[in-house]
Amino acid sequence: MAEEKFEPKVVAFVCNWCTYTGADLAGTSRLKQEPNARLIRVPCTGRIDPVFVIKAFESGADGVLISGCHPGDCHYNTGNFHARRRWTFFKELLNFVGIDSTRLHFSWVSASEGKKWVDVVNGVIDTVREQGPFLKYKEIKEHDFQEIEN
Amino acid sequence: MPDLIEIAKGLLESKEVSFIIGYTKDRFGRVKPYIAKSVEDANNLMFDHHSIHNLAVYLTRLKIPENGRVGIVAKSCDIKAIIALIQENQIKREQVYIIGMNCSGVVTHSTDEWKKENIQIKCKYCADKAPMLYDAVAGTAEPFEQPDDTQEVLMQKLETMSSAERWDFWAKEFEKCIKCYACRQVCPMCYCEQCLAEKNQPQWITTSPTPAGNFSWNIIKAFHMAGRCVGCHECERACPMGIPLTLLTRKMGMVAGKEFNYRHGMAIDQPTLVGSYNFNDNEDFIK
Repeated sequence: MAEEKFEPKVVAFVCNWCTYTGADLAGTSRLKQEPNARLIRVPCTGRIDPVFVIKAFESGADGVLISGCHPGDCHYNTGNFHARRRWTFFKELLNFVGIDSTRLHFSWVSASEGKKWVDVVNGVIDTVREQGPFLKYKEIKEHDFQEIEN
Repeated sequence: MPDLIEIAKGLLESKEVSFIIGYTKDRFGRVKPYIAKSVEDANNLMFDHHSIHNLAVYLTRLKIPENGRVGIVAKSCDIKAIIALIQENQIKREQVYIIGMNCSGVVTHSTDEWKKENIQIKCKYCADKAPMLYDAVAGTAEPFEQPDDTQEVLMQKLETMSSAERWDFWAKEFEKCIKCYACRQVCPMCYCEQCLAEKNQPQWITTSPTPAGNFSWNIIKAFHMAGRCVGCHECERACPMGIPLTLLTRKMGMVAGKEFNYRHGMAIDQPTLVGSYNFNDNEDFIK
């Protein structure tokens, strides 16, 4: 059997007001983008608990993208400022335990930046594809299943 | 310098505090946490280099009278935890009477002697040995020779590793975890009435001690300490499996210092780091 080409799974947590609308614009503008990203719409980037990201990796994601409104544009005024502080810690922490910046990406994409969204998402997917599947996390997850079976 | 027991007796006699959280020696001569409720009890209080426990944890675990006051015997690292609790609105400044102890470093085991090799890791890089917030001070600090900071060496070694190597290091460490949650129970900053680990709809963290579940638990615990950990190292001391948890919390503390020039538990009127924001925060990592 021919070896299947690896297609990465990327989970994108996007804010309802900017990036989701921006991605929508990319769609209505017929801009072509790679289909590997699964979008999860949240009210605000401030709503993204880092535990979501952990869960995404645990459930088999090869990469995660987090995207929201530009600073100052938040629908709830300060949500993305709070989120930005949290991410500063979170990316350092994940980097420290071995999930580096090739797996975890952040961006600001506004509702009018359909083109930027396509560039960002293609860039992320290419980086993750280059890295290959996130086998390390899958290994420990496999172990879980084995333990349940035995 | 007035004696700890004298201060405690005075406080309990005048009924200024309803009880005092302190240390005592059990019948084997080991130091343990103790609550003195009467003047007679105050005779049992003591403090030495075996008084390693961070008693600030009891401030959120015990029922503290709303308008009353409790006394607490605290080293400088414990005082940081008390300040942090005040900063996070868990207790009021008026509710605690802090008996600050001049500390000369603590040792990990009750059988250990007070000497350079046995001093706990946290004392190795402790910058403030004298109490910073107190109502009374007791004890005398003896100068001690600062041992080498072995943790920092390990930290630097980890930083120079590749991500895959770091992953392997932590996967091996987290594999040991038995999910006893001792690190959470002993932590003065872990005061949530319902912990994320106990939520089951949805269940974010697998409850069984399996590698993936251990990974998410330890990461989330460390993340919840981001910008909040005061560095008392109780989690690592309580861990029965010897996981170097303080490497993670210390790393978070270093990020807070580097990125925001912030240390938690230094001033009671300072806003908390993750509870506030600044327009000019660094965002180099965001595309």
